[in-house]
Amino acid sequence: MPYIANTEEDRREMLDAIGCASMEALRAAAGVNLPPPALDNIPEGRSEFEVSRHLERLAGRNATTLVNFLGAGYYDHLIPAAVDALAGMPEFYTAYTPYQPEASQGTLQAIFEYQSAICRLTGMEVANASLYDGGTALFEAMMMAIRITRRRRAVISEAVSPIFRRMIRCYCGNLDIELIEVASGVDDSAQAELLAAADENTACVLVQYPNFFGTLEEWSAFTAALRERGILSVVSSYPMALALVKTPGEMGFDIVTGEGQSLGIPLEFGGPYLGFMAVRQKWMRKMPGRVVGRAHDHAGRDGFVLTLQAREQHIKREGATSNICSNENYCALRALIYLSLLGRRGLVEAAELCAANALFARGELLKIRGVKPVGGNAFFNEFIVELPLDAGEVAGRMIDRGFAAGFPLGRYYPERTGQLLVAVTGKRTREEMKQFAAAMEAVLWN
Amino acid sequence: MELIFDAGRPGRRGVRLPEMSVPKQTAIPESLRRTEAARMPEVSELDVVRHFTTLAHRNFCVDSHFYPLGSCTMKYNPKFHEKIAALSGFADLHPLLPQLRHGGALTQGALAVLYESQAILAELTGFAECTMQPMAGAHGELTGVMLIAAYHRSRNDAARRVMLIPDAAHGTNPASAATAGYECRVVATDGNGNVDLDDLDAKLGPDVAGFMLTCPNTLGLFDPNVTEITRRVHACGALAYCDGANFNAIIGRVRPGDLGFDVMHVNLHKTFATPHGGGGPGSGPVAVAEFLRRFLPVSRVTKRSDGTYSLEYDFPDSIGYIAPFYGNFGVILKAYAYMLTVGREGFPRVSDNAVLNANYILSKLRDAYPPKYDRYCMHECVLSAAHLAESYHIHALDIAKGLIERGFHPPTIYFPLIVPEALMIEPTECESRETLDAFIAAMLELAAEAQRAPEELHAAPRNTPIGRLDETAAARKPELSV
Repeated sequence: MPYIANTEEDRREMLDAIGCASMEALRAAAGVNLPPPALDNIPEGRSEFEVSRHLERLAGRNATTLVNFLGAGYYDHLIPAAVDALAGMPEFYTAYTPYQPEASQGTLQAIFEYQSAICRLTGMEVANASLYDGGTALFEAMMMAIRITRRRRAVISEAVSPIFRRMIRCYCGNLDIELIEVASGVDDSAQAELLAAADENTACVLVQYPNFFGTLEEWSAFTAALRERGILSVVSSYPMALALVKTPGEMGFDIVTGEGQSLGIPLEFGGPYLGFMAVRQKWMRKMPGRVVGRAHDHAGRDGFVLTLQAREQHIKREGATSNICSNENYCALRALIYLSLLGRRGLVEAAELCAANALFARGELLKIRGVKPVGGNAFFNEFIVELPLDAGEVAGRMIDRGFAAGFPLGRYYPERTGQLLVAVTGKRTREEMKQFAAAMEAVLWN
Repeated sequence: MELIFDAGRPGRRGVRLPEMSVPKQTAIPESLRRTEAARMPEVSELDVVRHFTTLAHRNFCVDSHFYPLGSCTMKYNPKFHEKIAALSGFADLHPLLPQLRHGGALTQGALAVLYESQAILAELTGFAECTMQPMAGAHGELTGVMLIAAYHRSRNDAARRVMLIPDAAHGTNPASAATAGYECRVVATDGNGNVDLDDLDAKLGPDVAGFMLTCPNTLGLFDPNVTEITRRVHACGALAYCDGANFNAIIGRVRPGDLGFDVMHVNLHKTFATPHGGGGPGSGPVAVAEFLRRFLPVSRVTKRSDGTYSLEYDFPDSIGYIAPFYGNFGVILKAYAYMLTVGREGFPRVSDNAVLNANYILSKLRDAYPPKYDRYCMHECVLSAAHLAESYHIHALDIAKGLIERGFHPPTIYFPLIVPEALMIEPTECESRETLDAFIAAMLELAAEAQRAPEELHAAPRNTPIGRLDETAAARKPELSV
C-alpha cells in the first residue's frame, strides 16, 4: 500500500503500546461497531504508472489543439514557465493556511505582496488574500454591501457575466434579498436604467468592466450618483484589461472584484481559479476573507501575520463576514509571480498585444461578406460580431476547422442568436487570425 | 526580507513577450486609458526566481516537516498527481467548450474524470449521487445547507428557520448556515465528548431545518449514538448533515450514508491527498441521499448508454449554479488519481493507519497533556495544556512555538473551543513510527521544560527568520499593502 509507512511489525508494536489486541479491537474501543461496507464498485488500487497511463489516455480525449478565440471571462493567455516552476515549489503548495507565522513567512509575505499588487492594479486601497472565483467574489461583495447599508435590495446589470449572475441568483435562493436584473445594450450597460432601478432600499449596484460584451465604459458619474444616495457601487473587472484602462478606483467604485484567471492561471476546465476583491479603506473591517498584515517581532524585525481575524468564521461563527475558511492561495501566488515576471512595462505590453490583436482580428472578420459589427466603440480584447447564420451553428462548424471561434451569445441572450463573442489574446499570431477569418468565411459562404 | 516591489530598479525587464505582428493600435479610447502604468515590480526573471525561492525556504510544509495540524489532514501529496494535472489535455481545456455545438465530444476525457470520481465518492460515502462543484469545504457546507433548504421549500415547510450546530463544531458550520439564511442554535457536548442527547431533544422542534454534525466529531471521537441522533433529527422532520472534514478516520470502514445522514461534504484536499496550496484551492464535493438528488446543482455529469459522458442542465428542482463550471477540476483530477491508486482494498488501510497513529500519540502523551475526554480517539487526538497554563503559565501557544523551534509544525491550537488550551494532533496515515516517536519526544521535552524553564519557552521560537509577532498591534493599525 503506497503512502503508508507502517509495517506489520510497526502496527503490532503500536497496538501493544496502545493496549489493543488488534485494529478491530481498537476500532471497537473507539466506539465503531459497524460491519465494514462492501465497496464493490470501487476498482482495486493500481500503481502510479498504471494510473498515469489511464489518465494520459483520458487527457488525450480532450481537444486542446483548437486555436482559441473563446473567452467569455476565461482566457487563453501566455503563461511564462517560471510561474509553474516557482508556484510548484513544494514549500508553497504542500503547506497550509499560515496560522503559525514563524513557520509560514514565505506564504504570508507572498499574500501581502499579492494584496499590494491587486491594490496597485485596481487603484484601490485594501485587498483580501483572495476568494474562490470571480462569481463568488461578486456575491461576497454584494453581501458586504448589504451588511454595510442594512438594505436588502441589489441591482445587477445584464451586462454582468451570465455565469456570475446565475451563481448569485442561486445563492440568494434562501435569502431575503431582492435581486433586480436590468437589461443592457452592448455599447453601454444601460447606466441610466441602472440608476433608475436603484432606490432608497438598494444596497448596491453590480456592474462589470469591461462588460460581458467586451465594452469599456466610463463609470465615474455613475458611481458619484450612487454615492450621493448612499448606495455602494460594485464592479467585477478583468485584471488583464486593467493594465491599460482607467482603474475602477479612479472611477470611484466602492468594491472591486474580478476573476483573476487571466493572471497566469491555466484554464483547467473551470478551476481552480482566483476571485479577487479590493475595497476602500473605510470598509476594511467589513471585508470577507483572509487578510495578511505587516507586524513586528520583539527585536523589531518585520514579518507578516493573518490579521483582522475578528471578522472571520473561526471567531465570529454565524456573525462572520463570510463562511470562507481558506483563500485560493496557490492561484493568488501564481498571479503574483505572473505580475512580477511581466513587471511594470511587460504587463502593459502583454495587454497591448491582446488589444492590438483583437482590433486586427475584428477588422479581418468584418471584411467577410455578411459579418456586421455590434458595438465595438471601445473594447479591450473581446468584441461581438453579428453573423448571417446562427452563431451556435457557426461555432460548431468552426470546431471542425480547428478553431474555438468564440462564444455564441444566444445561449444566454435569446435575442442575440446571430452574435458571436470573440476573444483574442497575445498568444494568437497574425497568421492564425488570418486563417481564422478565412475559415469563418468558408463556413459562412461555402 | 525585502519585498518584491523593493527589488530591482526602474527599467529592468523580466519575461520577453512575442513581437507584435499587427499594427500597434487598440480600440481603447484615450479618455479610458490608464494614466500611469500599474506599479508592478521592475525585476529580471532571475530576480523573481531568487525572491520566490527565498520565500519558499521560509515555510514549513508537508514535504519538509511533520505537519500534524488537527482537522486539516496534512497527508503526503503524491508527486505524480502534479504531472497529470500539468498535461495539456487537462490544463489547457476551456470550460466553455462543452457549451459549443459538438464541443462535448472534445471534452470526453475531462467529463470521464468528473463522472468516475463522483461515482467512487458516492460509493465511499454511501450516498446516491455527488456533485463535484463546491470549491472548498465551507463551500460544500453552504451547498449542503442550501439543499436542505430546497427540500423544506419543496414541502412548503417555511417554518424551519433554524440550523442546529454542536458547540464543538468548526466555525464554518454556523457561518455557512448563516450565509444560507439560517439562524443557528447550539447543541451541547456531554461529559464524554458526545452530543448531549437531552440537549439535542430540547433544541429540536418544528422550527429546525437540520443538524450539522461532524463525524467523527471535532474532538476526534466517534459518537456511538450517531444513528440514534440521525433518527431523532428525522423524527422531528429535520435533515441530518454530515460534515466530512474528518472522513479520513472512517474511509473504507464506515459510510455516513449508512448512519442515517442525508447530505455530506467531503474535503478532497484532506482525505484525498490533494495539496493544501498554502491555503487553497480546496474542493468540497457534496453527496446526497436519493430523495435529495433532484435538488443538486447543475450542470450534472451523466453517462449515456453508449458509454459517452454529457452535461445535463434540465433539472427544474435544482438549486442552480453554485460554481462557474464543474468545480475545481484540477483538484478533482488529483483526487481521482488518488482514488485509483488507493483502490478498494486500500481505503480501509488508510483509515486504520490514521487511527492507529493518532492513538499511538495519544497513548504516549495523555499523561503529560491530559485530554478533557479520555478515551480512544479516531484519526486525531485533542490534548490539553490546561494544567501547564495554570501551574507554569505555559499555554498551548507556547507549546506550539516550542515545537516550531524543534522542527515540527505545531498541531491546531485552541480548537475545539470547548477544550481549554487545546492541542489537536492529526498525524495522518502517511507518517512513520520514527517520526511519531520524535514528535512524542519533543512534546514530552516541552512539558518538562514548561516546569523547569518556562521563560525559555516564552522566548520560543528563536531559530526562525522572525520571532513571535505583535499581532495585537498589527490588528489595531493594519498595514495590508504597500
